[in-house]
Amino acid sequence: MVRHIGKKLLTGMTLAAMVAIAALPVQASAATLHMAWSQDATGLDPHKQTAFSSLRLLELIYEPLVRLDANLQITPAIADSWQFSPDGKELSFRLNPKAKFQNGAAVTSADVKASFERILDEKTGAAARANFLSIASIDTPDPANVVFHLSQPDVPILTAMSDVNAAIVPASEIAAGSIGTTTIGSGPFKLEKWDPNSKEVLVANKDWAGGATGVDGIDISVLPDETAILAAMRTKQIDFALLNDPLVATLVPKEASLQLNRVPVLAYHVLQLNPSRKPMTELKVRQAISCAIDRQEVLDTASLGEGKVTGPLTIPALATDPKQLFCYKRDIERAKQLMAQAGYADGFSATVIGATGEPPTAAAEAQVIQSQLAEIGVKLDIKMMELNVYVDAWLKGDFDMAVALNGGRADPYTMYNRYWTKTGNLQKVANYIDDTLDSLMQKGRTETDPAARKAIFADFEKHITEMSPWIWLYTSYSYTAQQKNIAGFEPVPTGSLFSLAKVTIQ
Amino acid sequence: MNYLMRRLATFPLVLLGVSIVVFLAIRMVPGDSITAMLGTEAGLLTPQQRDALAAYFGIDQPWFIQYWRWLLGLFQGNLGISSTYGRPVLDVILEHFPLTLELALLSMVIALLVGMPAGIFAATHNEKLSDLGVRVVAMIGQSTPNFVLALLIIYTLSAGFGVLPAMGEFSPLWQDPLRNLGQLLLPAITLGFAFAASVTRISRSAMLDVLSDDYVRTARSKGVSARGVIWRHALPNALIPVVTLSGIEFGYLLGGAVIVEQIYALPGLGRMVLDAILQRDYALVQGSVLFIAFNFMIVNLLVDLAYVALDPRIRLSEH
Repeated sequence: MVRHIGKKLLTGMTLAAMVAIAALPVQASAATLHMAWSQDATGLDPHKQTAFSSLRLLELIYEPLVRLDANLQITPAIADSWQFSPDGKELSFRLNPKAKFQNGAAVTSADVKASFERILDEKTGAAARANFLSIASIDTPDPANVVFHLSQPDVPILTAMSDVNAAIVPASEIAAGSIGTTTIGSGPFKLEKWDPNSKEVLVANKDWAGGATGVDGIDISVLPDETAILAAMRTKQIDFALLNDPLVATLVPKEASLQLNRVPVLAYHVLQLNPSRKPMTELKVRQAISCAIDRQEVLDTASLGEGKVTGPLTIPALATDPKQLFCYKRDIERAKQLMAQAGYADGFSATVIGATGEPPTAAAEAQVIQSQLAEIGVKLDIKMMELNVYVDAWLKGDFDMAVALNGGRADPYTMYNRYWTKTGNLQKVANYIDDTLDSLMQKGRTETDPAARKAIFADFEKHITEMSPWIWLYTSYSYTAQQKNIAGFEPVPTGSLFSLAKVTIQ
Repeated sequence: MNYLMRRLATFPLVLLGVSIVVFLAIRMVPGDSITAMLGTEAGLLTPQQRDALAAYFGIDQPWFIQYWRWLLGLFQGNLGISSTYGRPVLDVILEHFPLTLELALLSMVIALLVGMPAGIFAATHNEKLSDLGVRVVAMIGQSTPNFVLALLIIYTLSAGFGVLPAMGEFSPLWQDPLRNLGQLLLPAITLGFAFAASVTRISRSAMLDVLSDDYVRTARSKGVSARGVIWRHALPNALIPVVTLSGIEFGYLLGGAVIVEQIYALPGLGRMVLDAILQRDYALVQGSVLFIAFNFMIVNLLVDLAYVALDPRIRLSEH
């Protein structure tokens, strides 16, 4: 008996010892930040990559001309100053003389010109090209100055230039065709190792024009399951993590040693109707759907209340109070009346599509909407799809309704011209043409006075919610979790992790 | 020998069939490498931009030309280049395979070490309380999804004891054996639990069958000890179904344990294939499925050969 107990004890101790040995943190210097996220970058070409996870990695390596701060104000990056000409058709930048690429070469106006020419070249396949079509030519009077000549006044172009998709890369690397295989940026960190879907190792760029970074490097682990990320944070293997799932994020504050950072983001959850398909062709049917949906309930049920009901504009400085927008207070009687007036008193059947796990709340949102619309006789069939299959159907506009999490931008024109102007690239997805929306967007593009712009986009927001081609639901939060000894991280509405450059471990 | 040669000769044919099915299946699924990379932003591309990206990903030609090119490469030992890793597909597969192989072996060892004694014990205590106990545990083992078990283990260890195997960076066996074993032990237990349950059930029923055979009764009447009857006479015959089951399970595990690799963040073959499918990395999907099919066929062949070794009455048919 004693022998048996002894054996069991020995086995138990061996098991515990092995797990404990494996649990030892990876050997690294004290100032290395151990970070985790569940989705990895899908590539390294800053001009081509648009996935959220890719942008989060690339903005630590590459820099655009300008960047956005926590209040979405434009601040210097590679350029230390900029100016629009009085007619709004010329945009000049002066480059920071200290800006250097990670290969030691100075960042010059020739690199800026080559970078934008690469983005504009259709052979590159840069999705961000659509934001820079007003660039007629680029002048480089000297290595420190660059002038963009625009074919028409284009106020939003400056905000678009703050995106890492407009990063400045070395002209020499463009000529060598090595963008995407080598990573030579001018940002705070250098990429030392990338093992796709497994690990990234970043080391501090000592020559960064922005000054010294707070840590020597960042080791990023890809842990696909977010509950495993939380478990790894509990055991202090991970210092900092990016979380997507509100169900996991809300567990973080329950851990004494951890801190949850959350900030409302620009991306928005929306029920997209397809106004080219019957009966959504009828304004009153769309309005009935808008009146029948209780947005707060969708938010509370699908996302545990983690977010805020929103109208189309999610940019805090421009957003209208949702209470003032069409039917944002649920009104079932009015919805039924509108259905009856449209000739659909008995309701109709339709299919709503969603992407599995993207966002994690998609299926729950569809279910809540299904039960709410059932009250006005709309029978919704929910069809959840793998992300790529969903994207394919979405891009073709091949759906009756779609639950979506669409990306936001810091400028409403860049955010919505793709859907609501007559020449928008995603007009086929929105399937709705409206002269008023088109004209308001064009006015917003050229108007330089901030107050006048705000009024234009307020009209836009009021009109589009009345026309109800889409039913905007809510904005959620961007979540990061950290150990409490990590200081200096500043969450921003764009979801950028750029402030990791100044994070310190105490 | 002829049998072996004939079996080996069918391999290329089966692999060709697998390659065509995979090639077509992955292309029939809506979405492509471009939408996988750009998501909804792919809608911002002009037709010329889309063509340029299609050429970059090698999907600008009709599928049969793409297949023909891929097949020609295959005959030259070139499975193509992975668009995600930017490296030859075979290199990427061989980098991920050792982990999967080790995990599969470890799970099988756990399953056999636990399952067989438990099955034999249950069979020799048939219909007693201890037999019932083993059967209940085996039933729980078979019906518990491995993701539930994995999450339970992770939660209990991290929240209850403050320890967890190092996640993220995997240490290969030859670099740091102790750390490697520490990282793989819990995933192997997770996989081995259900595997052991199957082994227990099958070895119990096989053993019960054999124990009621005439030759066992004869052995007993000749005065062979109870232990001798079980280990020398009954066990070798009861092993055949266990070998079949283990072979098939092992073959599946060599294809990667997707969910367990995902939860424990292990960079194995299963997770690699899943990511390749999600990112529409066609070359990697094709190459790795072919590799997995090849492994499965080898394991099946070894199982068949093991039959002969275990039971001399079985002759691999010449017909």
